[in-house]
Amino acid sequence: MATYPRDLQYTREHEWARLEGDVIRVGITAYAVEQLGDVTLVDMPVPGEDVQAHERFGDIESVKTVSELFAPVSGEVVDVNAALESSPELVNEGPYEDGWLITIRPSDQGELDGLMDAAKYEEYLGTLDG
Amino acid sequence: MSETLRETALTDEHRALGARLVPFAGWRMPVQYEGIKKEHEAVRTRAGLFDVSHMGEILVEGPQAVGAVDRLVTNDVSKLEVGRALYTVCCNESGYILDDLIVYRLEDEKVLVVCNASNRDKIVAHFARNLSLQTPWHDVSDAWALLALQGPRAVSVLKDLAAPQAVLELPYFHVTRATLAGVELWVARTGYTGEDGFELFCASEDAVTLWRAVLEAGQPHGLQPIGLGARDTLRLEARLMLYGNDINERTHPFEAGLGWVVKLDAGDFIGREALRAIKAAGLQRKLVGFEMTGRGIARQGYPILVGGTRVGEVTSGSPGPTVGRNIGLGYVPLALSKAGTAVGIEIRGKVVDAVVVRTPFYKR
Repeated sequence: MATYPRDLQYTREHEWARLEGDVIRVGITAYAVEQLGDVTLVDMPVPGEDVQAHERFGDIESVKTVSELFAPVSGEVVDVNAALESSPELVNEGPYEDGWLITIRPSDQGELDGLMDAAKYEEYLGTLDG
Repeated sequence: MSETLRETALTDEHRALGARLVPFAGWRMPVQYEGIKKEHEAVRTRAGLFDVSHMGEILVEGPQAVGAVDRLVTNDVSKLEVGRALYTVCCNESGYILDDLIVYRLEDEKVLVVCNASNRDKIVAHFARNLSLQTPWHDVSDAWALLALQGPRAVSVLKDLAAPQAVLELPYFHVTRATLAGVELWVARTGYTGEDGFELFCASEDAVTLWRAVLEAGQPHGLQPIGLGARDTLRLEARLMLYGNDINERTHPFEAGLGWVVKLDAGDFIGREALRAIKAAGLQRKLVGFEMTGRGIARQGYPILVGGTRVGEVTSGSPGPTVGRNIGLGYVPLALSKAGTAVGIEIRGKVVDAVVVRTPFYKR
């Protein structure tokens, strides 16, 4: 199994979150990318919208399937990755880099502590397969 | 996952190749190896090898074989010459579709019927109910493996496998006996991708030998193993039907655009009287192709709307990697079936614009 970046926090729905100053950058994990296959479309909120922790904030579609995206924390959407509109494959190519989805200004930074660290997430993935 | 999934003779090969295996119609099948888009492109531009051993195969034999199969399907098998194949549907007494099939006349008194994996039990039971005791028949699905070699370079791959000229020059929808890589098999020029290609029927115990030999011979031609994911996008672009999506026991062949496989004036077959009445009554709705003009991907079950009213439902939908647009099929009222008709697809509560187009979306 791949190892997951140590500087990120993870959700059970396979999103990652990274604190960058006063915003939290959000994307999906390598595991999610592998499950999805070729990403073809990402439906996202617009900046200024509020998102709720563990509630759907968008959808991500691959050739085969569509999955919901869940916010790791509550807050206001600051920025969305506009490059994904024309190049959704960036999510496959670099889910932690150019394939990020949105940034959120959290209403409660403490919510980040409720997420899993990399070791916990890897352990969690181990319980999913087989 | 506690359900017991059946495996083909090639499942370990797929594992070794790094395939993602998923449950499909009770089988553990490779959905993708490298990625659906790349696999799709490989078949359109080079060649791809599919394990479709989950498909059902029924052999009907004896002097009554042709007539017996003819009675079970809508197309005219009575005129099928030895070494030829035809596409057909098999209907119930009400004229609704039990399955779509390819019928191969292998020998004078030997007919092969290939059905969908998801319908195998149903079709076997249907045959058992309707074939007389004078007609020997066998469900050979477990004893046989089926490999599909598809793509513009498929013929070059077989050439490098020292296939005889009769195989290389086999016309479309023909079938012949041959030996490839030391394996005895039936080769047919049929497929489910919209490309040139072959389907290879061999004994299950020879499947690994054949699979490896074809992959090796195909290497210089850019041949890749292809999963069910790309099989679906390839067939959709070519507007080939997927049973369970585009046709089922609530659809009849005329509205599905399959009137051409219904030969009402040839010999009798199950469902003929009902289909005659359905045809006389005229079509209410029709299966059409559409492409998304707004941003979104249609999926099976999504409503099709016109002027805010639900007029139909999507039966298949996905991105079309070769056509470069998001495409789909669905049933709409006849009046709305003309190419150019603007429709909406309701995608998770949002209506996204689409337009009815002529199909196939892709033609080689």
